[in-house]
Amino acid sequence: MTGSILVSIYVFVLSLFVGYEVITKVPPTLHTPLMSGANAISGIAIVGALLIAGSGEGPWMTVIGVAAVIMATINVVGGFLVTDRMLKMFHKGRGGDGEAA
Amino acid sequence: MNSVVALVYLGSASLFILGLKRLSSPDTARTGNLMAAIAMLLAVAATLVNQQIVGYTWIVVGMVAGSLIGVVMARTVEMTAMPQMVAVFNGFGGGASGLVAIAEYLSWTQGGALNPGGEVSMMAGTVIGAVTFSGSMVAFGKLEGIVTERVVTYPLQKTGNTVLFLGILAAAVLAALSPALNVFLAMAAGTLLLGVLIVLPIGGADMPVVVSLLNSYSGLAAAAAGFVLNNYALITAGSLVGAAGFILTVIMCKAMNRSLTNVMFGAFGTGAAESAAETGERTANQVDAEEAAMLLGYASKVVIVPGYGLAVAQAQQKLKELADQLTERGVEVKYAIHPVAGRMPGHMNVLLAEADVPYTQLYEAEEVNPEMPTVDVALVVGANDVTNPAARDDPESPIAGMPIVEVDRAQNVIILKRSLSPGFAGVDNELFFMDDSYMHFGDAAETIPEILSAVKDL
Repeated sequence: MTGSILVSIYVFVLSLFVGYEVITKVPPTLHTPLMSGANAISGIAIVGALLIAGSGEGPWMTVIGVAAVIMATINVVGGFLVTDRMLKMFHKGRGGDGEAA
Repeated sequence: MNSVVALVYLGSASLFILGLKRLSSPDTARTGNLMAAIAMLLAVAATLVNQQIVGYTWIVVGMVAGSLIGVVMARTVEMTAMPQMVAVFNGFGGGASGLVAIAEYLSWTQGGALNPGGEVSMMAGTVIGAVTFSGSMVAFGKLEGIVTERVVTYPLQKTGNTVLFLGILAAAVLAALSPALNVFLAMAAGTLLLGVLIVLPIGGADMPVVVSLLNSYSGLAAAAAGFVLNNYALITAGSLVGAAGFILTVIMCKAMNRSLTNVMFGAFGTGAAESAAETGERTANQVDAEEAAMLLGYASKVVIVPGYGLAVAQAQQKLKELADQLTERGVEVKYAIHPVAGRMPGHMNVLLAEADVPYTQLYEAEEVNPEMPTVDVALVVGANDVTNPAARDDPESPIAGMPIVEVDRAQNVIILKRSLSPGFAGVDNELFFMDDSYMHFGDAAETIPEILSAVKDL
């Protein structure tokens, strides 16, 4: 089983590099949507929260799990929606296509 | 974990990366966000079919409640309040990751099995998650005006924080060596307190750095939770966010020419009173709305420099109308945006986008600076420190070396501002006292429409 922690570390480090490469290309004008979008992605903790809330390992686990599910869901749902709301507003102009909402 | 589920997680992680990649242009960003949302849906679906889950009732309750709250918040928030919103979401993300780590610890004390390295990652997940949660809540409070935006200092501040941090570290080592629930809970509580104490002393204008850093932490907390659960989807997504927040933090620090340490522990902006008094004698030129309108209306090139004051006044729509009126008169209008204008990275861009300003008119400070001498009028709206020439000229200035929008090199400068008060850094702005600078005092929500109607009457 010592292999799996090493694999986890590999995944972690390589993802940091990928993240760095991808995100340095985001223009400053999109930094707020980037932040709220990234924020929504950090709600991936919902995966862990679901496993705990549904584990049936006793009342405390359920309470903690449900609290985590609620927080993570707010983060995910709210985060993606508000990012979309913002991105909808960005347009090149002259065509007035930003009003397509 | 069965391999189909594992492959779905891989697909989800890939979609996150592809989605973020599409954020490199405003044209593709919206579909990018959609891809990331689909990735999340895939991960959730894969998790729900997992055999480890024995009961669904509470899951449904939690998800329905969370979705409702999330939808309402996302729909109703004002664009000017976006920094607070992001701070809250950040806190929830970090909090959820922290709770996952805590739950795993609880299970460990009850004899549950641990993934390899689980001891360390549980501690990391709890600590980072708790700091993110409480720190974000304080940041929210400051941005919302519930908690003071001022720099808060008290005796033995740094010593106290250091002692607390060492205590947390010791408790973490102790709790990781063998299951000890009380020690662990004390550690978690101490960490929540630390989050409050770290963010409390930081002033309002430094919030872009804090929000970015907490964003990074919320990702790292998720990655730590991924280590605890041995789940690669969490690790990948978490580290992507960690990297995003880190990059933004670095950009924000560079934009202020300060180190992260200085922002976090420098208690910046405390020298306000003395420096303001010292130069209080000088007088600045003032113009009324008609004179401002003349300068703007007969210019051939105008650069608008928005700042946090614009957000406070909620005057972005009015500003856009003024810019449109000028464009109609044949004036070339550009917006110059400093990275730390506002309370979070890109804050001004979102406000102006909301007012329907095309993003093609928004320029970075360094793009506009070279053409400043050919600009007839620079219109500064609610910005201060980011235009202070002292940052460039005076090596002794507290903001020395900070990149600025060089409006002082434009032919004329009109400054819309509430008062002559120094900005957040507590430094007098030389710009206000220059020969070609004209102040127009008042709330931008009122002064801009006045200038607009004066321009129409020209």
